Amino acid sequence: MTPTPPPTIPTEDRIWQLLEEVADPEVPVLSILDLGIVRGVRVADGEVHVTITPTYSGCPAMGVIATEIRLRLLAEGITRLHIHNQLSPAWTTAWMTAAGKQKLEAYGIAPPKDVTGHVLNLFGQDEAIRCPHCQSANTRLVSQFGSTACKALYQCDDCLEPFDYFKCH
Amino acid sequence: MQDTHTILLPEVTPEVRQQLFDYVLQLADTSLILAHRLSEWCGHGPILEQDLAMANISLDLLGEARSYYQYAAELEGQGRTEDDLAYLRSAVQYRNPLLVEQPNGDFAHTIVRQFLYDAFHYHLLVQLQTGPDRQLAAIAEKSVKEAAYHVKWSAEWVIRLGDGTDESRRRVETAINALWRYQGELTTPTPTEQALQAVGFVPGYAAIQQQIDQHVARVFEEATLAVPQGVFAQKGGKTGRHSEHLGYLLTELQYMQRAYPGMKW
Repeated sequence: MTPTPPPTIPTEDRIWQLLEEVADPEVPVLSILDLGIVRGVRVADGEVHVTITPTYSGCPAMGVIATEIRLRLLAEGITRLHIHNQLSPAWTTAWMTAAGKQKLEAYGIAPPKDVTGHVLNLFGQDEAIRCPHCQSANTRLVSQFGSTACKALYQCDDCLEPFDYFKCH
Repeated sequence: MQDTHTILLPEVTPEVRQQLFDYVLQLADTSLILAHRLSEWCGHGPILEQDLAMANISLDLLGEARSYYQYAAELEGQGRTEDDLAYLRSAVQYRNPLLVEQPNGDFAHTIVRQFLYDAFHYHLLVQLQTGPDRQLAAIAEKSVKEAAYHVKWSAEWVIRLGDGTDESRRRVETAINALWRYQGELTTPTPTEQALQAVGFVPGYAAIQQQIDQHVARVFEEATLAVPQGVFAQKGGKTGRHSEHLGYLLTELQYMQRAYPGMKW
């Protein structure tokens, strides 16, 4: 009988590469790294620790994301994995990568604008958002709440298409 | 290996810890009950976009409630889980203020209830963010941006209904008259809250009430609505004395866990 080989102890860089392949279940065009959900990766004493943070408090995708991380790493023989859910610092769309924003727009969802902090401006104007279909700026907010917690509903007044906007947070 | 939630426990005396448990449970119950009320609109909203908005706000509040219940379970340290706390307590053990258990009524009632709560919720979270309890601060930091979207939404609807048609105005005024009496309880501290205010864990409510008053005054002015004056504040929910409505709500909310204990999806 040949002895079972010792479990692989991957490098942190390798873990990051693998996590790049885990898609967000609600916006599958984005990886969880594009979204900025993964806050840390640590390998210590042969165990892997991945720290994730929710986009929204009630985001129903968090359980699925944790499972997908587990499955992806398991496929590489990584069994000794701890996933930590962390609330603070709170997730913000400022953590979304530039590549992620491009992928969103190509997918038909207007990406979040770079401005941060204005979310707490309670009496501000609605944001001017560019239509991801025809690039027109002649758009209007239909509702701040859309098909998922992270999106608002807009309509383009030029091409008349409704579209989702990944709202600033 | 289980997924874990990073929870930061404060170093406090057992007495303060018990008070914090009670207070965190009050925050949890408040979010859960309002989330449940909003969820009752799901599929019944006046138009699709507003149906979605209420479901979204409900989900945010449910997420916030879970964070509080998880923290409360940890503070208690008796092995109870977030589900035990949410599903296996009776109405008199719930600590939510009366406002959030009030029935949905018509859309105007739901909007007024939401706006009165959102204005309080937002200004409370802003304060909790910088408080000495690091776990409450983390939850508040997470939820405050969501609460900002909520209060913008409900304020816009108060304005639209108040400054809208004769019928929308009549309805929103009826709702204000019915619900205003429950606003005062939000910032009237219970003995537990007073004790925690004395050690800095709960922010002072006078400053928050002032911010709420300014917020409400600004929105009501734009809505051409009058701010009621000198209304008696009906209290009780935060100390377990609830209206009849809560029992019916919990019967539905807790049904599955009561009928099939330990049931999981």
